[in-house]
Amino acid sequence: MAPMDPKEGPGLPRRSRPTTLGPGAGLEYVEGWGMSAGARSRVWRPRSPEEVAEALAGARARGASVALRGSGCSYGDASINREGDVVDVTRMNKILSFDEETGVADCEGGVTIRDLWRHALPRGFWPKVVSGTMYPTLAGAAGMNIHGKNNYKVGTIGDAIQDIDLVLPSGERVLASREERPDLFHAAIGGFGMLGAITRVRIATKKIHSGDIDVAGISVPNIGAMLEYVDAHTDTADYLVGWVDCFGSGDAAGRGLIHHARYLGPGEDPEPERTLRLDHQALPSSILGFPKSEVWRILRLLANEPGMRLLNYTKHQMGKLEQRGGWYRQSHAAFNFLLDFVPNWKFAYGRQPGEGLIQYQVFLPAESAHDGFKEILRRQQQRGIVSYLGVLKRHRPDPFLLTHGLDGWSMAMDFKVTDKRRHDLSSMCDELTRLVLERGGRFYFAKDSVLGPRAVEAMFDRDKLAAFRALKGELDPTEMLQTDLWRRAFGTAGVYTMSA
Amino acid sequence: MDPADGEPVTSPHTKRKALVIGASSGMGASLVRQLVREGYAVGGVARRGEHLEALGEELGDAGARFVHRAHDVTAAAEAPGVFDELVTELGGLDLFIYAAGVMPDVGPEEYDTEKDLAMIDVNLGGCVTWTNLAARLFHTQRSGTIVGVGSVAGDRGRRGAPVYGATKAGLATYFESLRNRLAERRVRVVTVKPGMIETPMTAHLDELMMPVSAERAAADILKAARGRLFDVRHVPLRWLPVSLIIRAIPSFLFRRMSI
Repeated sequence: MAPMDPKEGPGLPRRSRPTTLGPGAGLEYVEGWGMSAGARSRVWRPRSPEEVAEALAGARARGASVALRGSGCSYGDASINREGDVVDVTRMNKILSFDEETGVADCEGGVTIRDLWRHALPRGFWPKVVSGTMYPTLAGAAGMNIHGKNNYKVGTIGDAIQDIDLVLPSGERVLASREERPDLFHAAIGGFGMLGAITRVRIATKKIHSGDIDVAGISVPNIGAMLEYVDAHTDTADYLVGWVDCFGSGDAAGRGLIHHARYLGPGEDPEPERTLRLDHQALPSSILGFPKSEVWRILRLLANEPGMRLLNYTKHQMGKLEQRGGWYRQSHAAFNFLLDFVPNWKFAYGRQPGEGLIQYQVFLPAESAHDGFKEILRRQQQRGIVSYLGVLKRHRPDPFLLTHGLDGWSMAMDFKVTDKRRHDLSSMCDELTRLVLERGGRFYFAKDSVLGPRAVEAMFDRDKLAAFRALKGELDPTEMLQTDLWRRAFGTAGVYTMSA
Repeated sequence: MDPADGEPVTSPHTKRKALVIGASSGMGASLVRQLVREGYAVGGVARRGEHLEALGEELGDAGARFVHRAHDVTAAAEAPGVFDELVTELGGLDLFIYAAGVMPDVGPEEYDTEKDLAMIDVNLGGCVTWTNLAARLFHTQRSGTIVGVGSVAGDRGRRGAPVYGATKAGLATYFESLRNRLAERRVRVVTVKPGMIETPMTAHLDELMMPVSAERAAADILKAARGRLFDVRHVPLRWLPVSLIIRAIPSFLFRRMSI
């Protein structure tokens, strides 16, 4: 036995038990939420801003590029880095403080929207902006400047954010807000992680008087009726979102169901102490009698042209019934997080490498939306590549540098990706992208898998784009922060689209 | 044969890539030989770099498909870097085999903690360190096969090898958990339980029961890795009934027997 060293206390000297494994890097396959893009990378999971700086310094020393990643909820390649490392901020997930008077939450970057609403709701608050899934981190949500079903009314998440901390590629930690470094604040929000790692977010939430929300379903026969209804109610509704059956054609093109919702005022909910409890917000554990974790297997059987035509048709008919029922009450979580009802529903699109889905979300200015959407629906039907799900939202402009926000509308469409139809899908996206750009439209990086550099130049204001590039050059002169998205959409290729 | 940088050693024609931990001798070396012969690109890890070099030379031209690193599996902090380099050189990973293990001679009246902890560090600590790396990659890529070399020695607490048996029992339980955890991800996790195999590790034993060569054991291990029938496979298969009988012996009898 080895002699005992009194300084080390009793015990045997172990061979080489590691004192630290560092911020926990290991090789992983990192993929976008839609699974159609992915790459192996070394993934670091820092637990503090200091460790973020350490991971960045380590990457710099090795000459590796770094992609910043939250929960990986972007559909495409926004947090994938085929040529380098990934820094995943999900371990930095503490809510640092919550002001119960004002509802302002100070959170680490890895705090998710789920963490935030679960903290806020029992205190009588709800996040001002949430996505259709509750899993994105606030750092990711800020980096993408996400919007919700109330974009037309409250803006994007950036509008609710008061200040952020960033760890710059140099390792320096800076605070950015509307007063302090406003240029950086407005560029980093929506800057898709190209300027620095967002390690802290101070964000305002909204006072609510009930855990429930009043909802009505309004069935509409076509896109024109949908736009008309939404425009007529933007003053009064707190949320407006349209589901679109993309298989509808002719006069029925764009038929679907609008969900119109409004917050309850004080006294409207007879028992707010009950509805403001977390257990009231639970999503159903089964759907039509099937355990929800297995429902994707049923959807898998329907994930083809006739199956989805049938499913969309059925949903449209059910929408008519829903309208007859009039107003009903739903929990905030159930109303907002539709994408979380069926866990792993994306597996219905296939789980083999190269399979999956892309989401293609187009933003059109108000004046060209009606014709534009009709044309987009017509062309996909003509090509026989129809989106299995369409979601329509109303938007408004915001002050962020590279924003997708405009005075107009967006339609998000999910397209199944298979090796066989990858080529046809790219060629259709190319055609639709040109159509959108011609009409002064935009796209959104959290959803994007196809844009090329020419599209980026066409959709953003020239000065704003130049300002963003200048800031990138100043803060990250060696372009250490990179993603597949950055190389694809901000590279030098003279194309409107390319497939991820 | 370490192309330390640049192109992966695999071409688009190389279908399969394997990593063998404990590749320098015994079953590990035999696994490398057979996999390379079948056209796999193989990464090898072992403590003794010179043995890996020799193995690479022995493989001749096919040795171009064999990349390796000298690494002590108990140096857990180094493992992610070594794993990263090898998998990058291979251009991916489909099959991971943990075959590193030590079994020092332990006398019937010996209670040598130093020796015992060394066994735990290699047979179990190293196994967890390395298999976690492969499990995380396979989990996220939703494919792959993990093979762990356990032992029939883990089936019972035998008087001759208290800690060796415990490490192999621990490995079996760890692998069972991984199997259940990764099934949803379509990752196959196989525990092989060799009986007595003629390897350097067993060379100090006076007598082996139903011995087979390391080559034969390696062939059986690969068969188990590809087959669908057994999640836990005795190697050779004739150890299965023996093991079942040994496990059925009541404890009060077992302690009077010298097996």
